[in-house]
Amino acid sequence: MIKVRIPTPLRPLTKGQGEVDAQATSITEMIDSLNSAHPGIKDRLCDDTGELRRFVNIYVNEEDIRFLKGKETSLKDGDEVSIVPAIAGGSSCQA
Amino acid sequence: MLLPHHESPLVTHHRSLITDFMELTELQIQRYSRQIILSEVGGKGQMKLSKAKVLLIGAGGLGSPAGLYLAAAGVGTIGLVDGDVVDLSNLQRQIMHSTATVGMPKVESGRKTLSAINPEITIKTYHQNVDSDNILALVSEYDIVLDGSDNFSTRFLVNDACFFAKKTLISASMFRFEGQLTTIKPHAGYPCYRCLYPEPPPAGLVPNCQEAGVLGVLAGTMGILQASEAIKEILGIGETMADRLMIYDALEMKFRKVRRPKDPACPLCGENPKIKDLSMDYVVSCTI
Repeated sequence: MIKVRIPTPLRPLTKGQGEVDAQATSITEMIDSLNSAHPGIKDRLCDDTGELRRFVNIYVNEEDIRFLKGKETSLKDGDEVSIVPAIAGGSSCQA
Repeated sequence: MLLPHHESPLVTHHRSLITDFMELTELQIQRYSRQIILSEVGGKGQMKLSKAKVLLIGAGGLGSPAGLYLAAAGVGTIGLVDGDVVDLSNLQRQIMHSTATVGMPKVESGRKTLSAINPEITIKTYHQNVDSDNILALVSEYDIVLDGSDNFSTRFLVNDACFFAKKTLISASMFRFEGQLTTIKPHAGYPCYRCLYPEPPPAGLVPNCQEAGVLGVLAGTMGILQASEAIKEILGIGETMADRLMIYDALEMKFRKVRRPKDPACPLCGENPKIKDLSMDYVVSCTI
């Protein structure tokens, strides 16, 4: 079982849960598994071509999958996956 | 400088621990005694703080708590840049401002508050928004920049400007109950913001704080962590956050850190950089 940390912006799709479980041996499988349980989450993580969006990072334990094998990065029981999107809130100082 | 009439035994004791305090006044020693006695700070560290120049981009939710603590710690020059005026809806989290300063430029309201805490430091104010025409001149005057802006266009612009000016950037951001923090100093071999997030979200895909809401005290937590990292960078102590991203979940009271590697394909600081200056249209490319 993989533990997946869901960021605040995606929690409406997981009924507010900050952590969900998934059965998967790769990130691709994990995304499909998440999407089955929480429909719509794949569209938030991947673009129309199925590639991960470039403002969403996925970490297996502490490592960014962009620097591992991307969506083909393998997962094993007990891994903790974090989904971390870019967020910008702070003040106001528009460019 | 007037000397205090009565010196407590504690102050005398603290002073005896200081080996390098000749440049500090009696009142400065008294004001900063609780941090001067830390061996990681000392008289030398206090002098480093007093000579440091820190620019706060945004005098709002993050800039407020960061500014308060940097001023209290004796950072010698603090710059505030923000084009907004104080609004009643800001006061839930922007604690540098008050009901009495509603309608006042945030940088002026901020100057009043910071000067009241510490009249010994210099507060410079810039009542303007940052853009690609003014940002390089702004950041060039400072040693460290704290980004507390509320939109991706500014975050990418600040990152790029600090890269070209070789300034250390402490970046924090927040959304509803979640905050992120990292230190950016590619001039020291570490990754930049574009190594972390190559592209901003397209227009309309991510709501901003005004639309999504933010827990006021989260701004306090994140701004204070920015101030803490800035002080560490000034003093050269502790573990840098330059190769880590910290994620704070206030609802679950969890802090996580992940690794943040340098991206060889980064268009700014990678092996074949495509961005050579600030001439791109940041607003069009990054508007949310």
